[in-house]
Amino acid sequence: MKEQPQKSKGKPKKPRVPMREQTPGKRAANFDEVALGYGEKEALAEAFRCLQCKKKPCMAGCPVEIDIPAFTKKIEEGDFKGAAAKLKERNNLPAICGRVCPQETQCEKLCTLGKKGEPVAIGRLERFAADFEAESGEEEAPERATSTGKNVAVIGSGPAGLTCAGDLARMGHDVTIFEALNAPGGVLTYGIPEFRLPKAVVEREVDYIRRLGARIELDQVIGCSRGMQELLDDGFDAAFIAIGAGLPMFMNIPGENLNGVFSANEYLTRSNLMKAYLFPEYDTPIKHGSKVAVVGGGNVALDSARTALRLGADEVSIVYRRSREEMPARAEEVAHALEEGVTIKFLTLPVRLLGKDGWVAGMECLEMELGEPDESGRRRPVPIKGSEFELDADLVVMAIGTRANPLLAATLPGLQRDKRGYIDADPVTGQTSIREVFAGGDIVTGSATVIEAMGAGKRSAAAIHRLLTGEQAPI
Amino acid sequence: MFKVLKRQNIAEAVYSVHLEAPQIASRASAGQFVILRIDEKGERFPLTLCDWSPDEGWIRLIFQVVGASTHKLGRIEEGKGMLDLVGPLGRPAEITTCGHAVCVGGGVGIAAIHPICRELRRAGNRVTSILGARTGDLVILEDEMAAVSDKVIVATDDGSKGIKGRVTWALEEFLKSERADLVIAIGPAIMMKYTSAVTREFEVPTRVSLNSIMLDGTGMCGTCRVEVGGQTRFACVDGPEFDGHQVDWNLLLSRLSQYLGEEEISRRLAR
Repeated sequence: MKEQPQKSKGKPKKPRVPMREQTPGKRAANFDEVALGYGEKEALAEAFRCLQCKKKPCMAGCPVEIDIPAFTKKIEEGDFKGAAAKLKERNNLPAICGRVCPQETQCEKLCTLGKKGEPVAIGRLERFAADFEAESGEEEAPERATSTGKNVAVIGSGPAGLTCAGDLARMGHDVTIFEALNAPGGVLTYGIPEFRLPKAVVEREVDYIRRLGARIELDQVIGCSRGMQELLDDGFDAAFIAIGAGLPMFMNIPGENLNGVFSANEYLTRSNLMKAYLFPEYDTPIKHGSKVAVVGGGNVALDSARTALRLGADEVSIVYRRSREEMPARAEEVAHALEEGVTIKFLTLPVRLLGKDGWVAGMECLEMELGEPDESGRRRPVPIKGSEFELDADLVVMAIGTRANPLLAATLPGLQRDKRGYIDADPVTGQTSIREVFAGGDIVTGSATVIEAMGAGKRSAAAIHRLLTGEQAPI
Repeated sequence: MFKVLKRQNIAEAVYSVHLEAPQIASRASAGQFVILRIDEKGERFPLTLCDWSPDEGWIRLIFQVVGASTHKLGRIEEGKGMLDLVGPLGRPAEITTCGHAVCVGGGVGIAAIHPICRELRRAGNRVTSILGARTGDLVILEDEMAAVSDKVIVATDDGSKGIKGRVTWALEEFLKSERADLVIAIGPAIMMKYTSAVTREFEVPTRVSLNSIMLDGTGMCGTCRVEVGGQTRFACVDGPEFDGHQVDWNLLLSRLSQYLGEEEISRRLAR
């Protein structure tokens, strides 16, 4: 019989169990996943650290409200599949969330253990349970409610769309997801690189959504291939718009259209979706720089920088106008990037890109200092006069954020949007100015996190269910 | 799988394919394009619609075999197909009634200008088409263009058909004797650049269809960005049609050369 661990107070205070990783020297030269995940023993030991708090403060930090102590308890008991089942009660994509959520600002931030030491590694445990179930080859067949006879269109197959579609299908609705690109997953597929989120994991999770009963139609640019109104006229009883914020921003500084200057969306789409890092085995080319500068401070900037490194760059710098403290990127990824040899130039603002024969050759920058907090609460960077300097660069990636793509909304004139083009939607239900049209994820909030998009998809699924059946959502 | 219904070799290394695509055919307008991906390892690339039939559910594309992807596309047998076909994309060409419109097509650009020419005529314009190619054998769609034009002028570099000389020269000669209210030019970037230079001299409003490098074709990456009137625009969603007198042609030509080395590697492997 398995040894029963002592309960809460008796637990020894141990640091969190480290996760095995590829060594920095090795991984900077390949696109394989950096973090190797927990094995069974490591997962057991880490789950044992959980105090099983009655009030479950960690749950409040999770946008989809996973019953965290309940699933860590299952792991502690050695019931790994039971843990996965517990996760899937709330989360259709646990293998993804366990990998890409910024846990330090969500569930783990509120963990009781974190007050005096290190919080429970909730993300790593989530990842472990999901991977264990998938690798066992005996994933539970998902249960579906009896058909409601209602049709729902989900526009976009990113995290918000997949989550909403999965929940609606489980509740018995007939769901069709429309995806513009040639593969499903949204940012999970074209944005987040293989070394952070293997595409096989994304395919596995997308396949799970299919097994829940949702259909996916690829190559469908709603707004071009079909109008939004057409879908409603074609017999869809409701729609959920989850098209993300995929329009890249540029700085509008001189030299930005030089050859060798890319939006992060382009650079990452070439590499991740089109597998240009495998050119010429794959047909899509990508430029290999030797001195690469990436402008921005979010996860997208880090992903771009680390991709450039893996494509063989000698020097990769991230140019960020604020300081380390304001950097929105995930702490673990910043640490990984630094270990791999990426340098970060803080408090630096590009003002002009310098060219030679049509190609980018460098970047003129200004040094900054931090002033008063701005509307985002972060201290506003202010240029220091006369601090201009030049940075050599033969490849530049702009990762300063994205905006709303106007293609779809233009085909639905009654759909209210704000000044920046984001869709106006109820913060709880996601309902828009059109009764049967809901929206969620980045197209409502602007660029945010995968799990927040999933939370929005989940809430809208419940609201759509209520609209179509008059009943409370069962999940 | 999107099926090739009909494939014809209409000139040296130039193919015409009819593809089964009822949804695209039912929504297409003159000036729009599609994005294709042939197989699992393929790249996404754009081609402008040459013709389509909403009733019969097909679209027609005409292309020259220049690289790996067009090579692959040209080899798909009738009845077989490709993995991905997306569209119609881009803004439709602006069709106005202005009087006398001159449509200038260079090489396979003639295929792209064909539906625009047809719509301009339908809108009540008098239409003159000036078709250019390197040699007479490469002048495509002469009969189709004649059917939608009031007058057709052919120009070839070697004089093997029609006027001897470049299409821009033929246009210049034509404008010396005839007044035009609008010029539409589609062809290689360099041809559109010089065409725009000619029409600027004659002060004729000019529209061009820009052929910049594309990836997604839906506005999410900006690889197709061009400068028009000093502003950065994305050709895939803001265009592909723009005012030829406002385009920064040298920038477009430079950006089109970005992957020449890689394209050469792909081309060699495709053979």
